[in-house]
Amino acid sequence: MADHSHTETLDLRVQFDTAEQQKDCSTLGMWIFLITEVMFFGGMFAAYTIYRQFYPEVFAIASTSLNAKIGAFNTCVLLLSSFTMVMAVRAGQLGKQKAIVGWLILTLIFGGAFLGVKGIEWHEKFVEHHIPGQAEFHLEGLPQSEQGHAQIFFSLYFSMTGLHALHMVVGAGMLIWLLLEARKGTFSAKYYTPIDVGGLYWHFVDIIWIFLFPLLYLIDRHLKV
Amino acid sequence: MQDEIDSPQHHVDSAGTYVAVLVTLLFLTILTTAVAYVDLGYFSTVIALGIACTKMLLVALFFMHIRHSTKLTKLVVVGGLLWLAILLLLTLTDFATRTWIGVPGR
Repeated sequence: MADHSHTETLDLRVQFDTAEQQKDCSTLGMWIFLITEVMFFGGMFAAYTIYRQFYPEVFAIASTSLNAKIGAFNTCVLLLSSFTMVMAVRAGQLGKQKAIVGWLILTLIFGGAFLGVKGIEWHEKFVEHHIPGQAEFHLEGLPQSEQGHAQIFFSLYFSMTGLHALHMVVGAGMLIWLLLEARKGTFSAKYYTPIDVGGLYWHFVDIIWIFLFPLLYLIDRHLKV
Repeated sequence: MQDEIDSPQHHVDSAGTYVAVLVTLLFLTILTTAVAYVDLGYFSTVIALGIACTKMLLVALFFMHIRHSTKLTKLVVVGGLLWLAILLLLTLTDFATRTWIGVPGR
């Protein structure tokens, strides 16, 4: 067995035999957490599936009221942020301190841009009276009797994109922390686990959006060209 | 001492690989948006989810380094997806079959 009398370092805490084991442990722990998140979002996706099955036409009409081009643009921005994040991890693997900081800043910028665009979209919904629970809620192209069902779509839209945005805000906080640590020179080729594990979280949030985008924005787009 | 059998952290992907994955992801985003404007009936949803799953796999395998992960991590990820499938499928079996038999009192 390994010698446990070694002095403790960031890349090898006393409770681990090898740095390898420590890193695998962190990665596995993060994945377990992400799976709890998958189940958390999974409940919402299940609710979405059931209601869409109940009111397919209403969901199609409500979906076409969202701006698909802005949605697609924002998806690309988020994918770009995932790319810059993985490049930050790569810079960590290679121990390039300055590159880590640079890529993390870019990730933060793209993440912020995504949230900004999302904010503009939400604001539009307020202006158009598409907020569920609003007294003056009205979705064009639907009879009065179907307005309640349209509110279900928008409830799901706001809760799912809202929860996703909340995860992005948490992610942005994490990026800022990583940035501060990276500038202090904490990370090296031997120890970059926090960037790696933070990256896993950031990509997970990206994956959630990869599913939200077609499910919310792209239902039966051909109805309204 | 055990040998380093699974050594994920020693594998550094090239920047070119990541760029290629990014370009593919952006292309798939544009593709899924464009296809949504075509009337394909039920297949619209199938194609939309198919493209989304492909994108998920690309992000998970390359950006999240599942390709180089330990067997245990891979097992945990697949296990997690299995639980998600149970959540979705078992819930849907209820809602899909409720109207098959008349429920007394409804």
